[in-house]
Amino acid sequence: MLKVRGLTKKYGDTEVVRGLDLTVRRGECFGLLGPNGAGKTTTLRLLLGLIEPDSGSIELAGIAVPQHAREARMKVGVVPQMDNLDPDFSVRENLLAYGRYFGMSKAAVAARVPKLLEFAGLASKADAQIAQLSGGMKRRLTLARALVHDPDILFLDEPTTGLDPQARHLIWQGLRRLIADGKTIVLTTHFMEEAERLTDRLAILDHGRKVAEGAPRALIESHIEPAVVEVYGEGLDAWMRDYAGPVCLRFETVGETLFCYTDNAERVIDALKQAPALRYLHRPSNLEDVFLKLTGRDLRD
Amino acid sequence: MIRHLRFPRLSWRFIPVWQRNYLVWKKLAIPSILGNLADPMLYMLGLGYGLGSLLPDVAGMPYLTFLAAGTVAYSTMNAATFEVLYSSFSRMHVQRTWDAIMNAPLTLDDVMMGELTWAVAKSLLSGLAILAVIWGLGLYGNFWMTLWIIPVVALVGFCFGGLGLVMNAVSPSYDFFLYYFSLVITPMVLLCGVFFPVSQLPLPVQAVSAWLPLTHAIDLARPLVVGNVPGDIALHVVALLIYGSLGYIIALALTRRRLLK
Repeated sequence: MLKVRGLTKKYGDTEVVRGLDLTVRRGECFGLLGPNGAGKTTTLRLLLGLIEPDSGSIELAGIAVPQHAREARMKVGVVPQMDNLDPDFSVRENLLAYGRYFGMSKAAVAARVPKLLEFAGLASKADAQIAQLSGGMKRRLTLARALVHDPDILFLDEPTTGLDPQARHLIWQGLRRLIADGKTIVLTTHFMEEAERLTDRLAILDHGRKVAEGAPRALIESHIEPAVVEVYGEGLDAWMRDYAGPVCLRFETVGETLFCYTDNAERVIDALKQAPALRYLHRPSNLEDVFLKLTGRDLRD
Repeated sequence: MIRHLRFPRLSWRFIPVWQRNYLVWKKLAIPSILGNLADPMLYMLGLGYGLGSLLPDVAGMPYLTFLAAGTVAYSTMNAATFEVLYSSFSRMHVQRTWDAIMNAPLTLDDVMMGELTWAVAKSLLSGLAILAVIWGLGLYGNFWMTLWIIPVVALVGFCFGGLGLVMNAVSPSYDFFLYYFSLVITPMVLLCGVFFPVSQLPLPVQAVSAWLPLTHAIDLARPLVVGNVPGDIALHVVALLIYGSLGYIIALALTRRRLLK
């Protein structure tokens, strides 16, 4: 469905995307993860043919981009990072107007509107103005708008950023329905839970390069020890000096917390009994641990 | 900018963009028409009767007629300019409507052509309103001749729509449009023969005036109001077309640099 080879994009001397290779199969949900500035949004804009790459090739739904970007975009639905619903139109009018941009007749769009509104849970809001919608409703309408021309593939740029947990779950539910319907999905996110729940495979980007790729479970298994004990509290330095080396397979500190990676959490917890003032959290390792290991813990802007 | 300069790649897909603007406008059509009409009409009638009663014929016609012909061109210019500055800027920058549209199979070229043709439509409306007043007050020489003012008005809308889009492309915020009005539009109104004949100006200024697009617009509109065939029709038409087209092409390059880098 999507084949990217050796994609690069430079702005002046800064290489934002550096030799990216990606393959997304039909019906797959593929995640693009990365810290801010890793090149996720630029990659999506390149894939849509909105900007031209400096080198590399893109084949989207079998169509070469950017050479035939118009034709390719006929097959793609886009949910952008920032809401850009048309504030001069009602909910229904937004869908009608968007269908026209794809060359659909008014009757053809109108026939799809009830289904799209039902999908977005906005059936009762058809005539509402955009300003009257909550953030979650706007996102759902944006998602419905991206489906107006029944695309084969969907691009979602941070679809749940800024939403509360309830609204987020609704979006996830909608996306799972689309996956079940056989749509191909490419989404960027920095919510690890979102990536773990939704994607079949994902790529982690950093500084415009792919640093890992695979199924979420497989990435966790291959990149990280099975368990983590997070330790914090009074006396951490002393404990770290005396015990962290021997009992952890690998450890690092972030702020006031020590992350102790291990395949034998019992041993770590035993060692923690030597320092009763310390608090700890024992949990299985997750995608976030992989992400932080690969992209580092320093703050990105 | 040079890197982004290229011949526009147009498709019929600009039509839904035009239609989008039309449908939004339709919701507030009556107040919009009245708003568009009131200002130029007040100037035209106020100055035309007030000042006109003090004046002998100007350029061989009553002052009100002289001013009415200028006002057709001037209100058309204003309608196009306001549309591509404030309204287009809202859609491009504030509401990000253009971004949404460009995720569909439309290019920036299509979107801006939709905006430009919409500016032409708004100009037609504005020009027709003034023309209706001219007809109503019987300020014309030959009714059939005045019908030629309609395509002239469309051309003037195209010209100033294209030029205004350049300003739209480079403005960081609404505030910067004031420069365009103070430095381009207002001087043009004073130098191009809206309120008084260009022949009243010093010769070097007249030479400048001859190059300005509003002068070409008025040189076409005024004879048509009086009932004469304008002189140098081809020159004026081509000048307006070139200003508008160059504006559109340059605006396209600048906007591409702004939105699609």
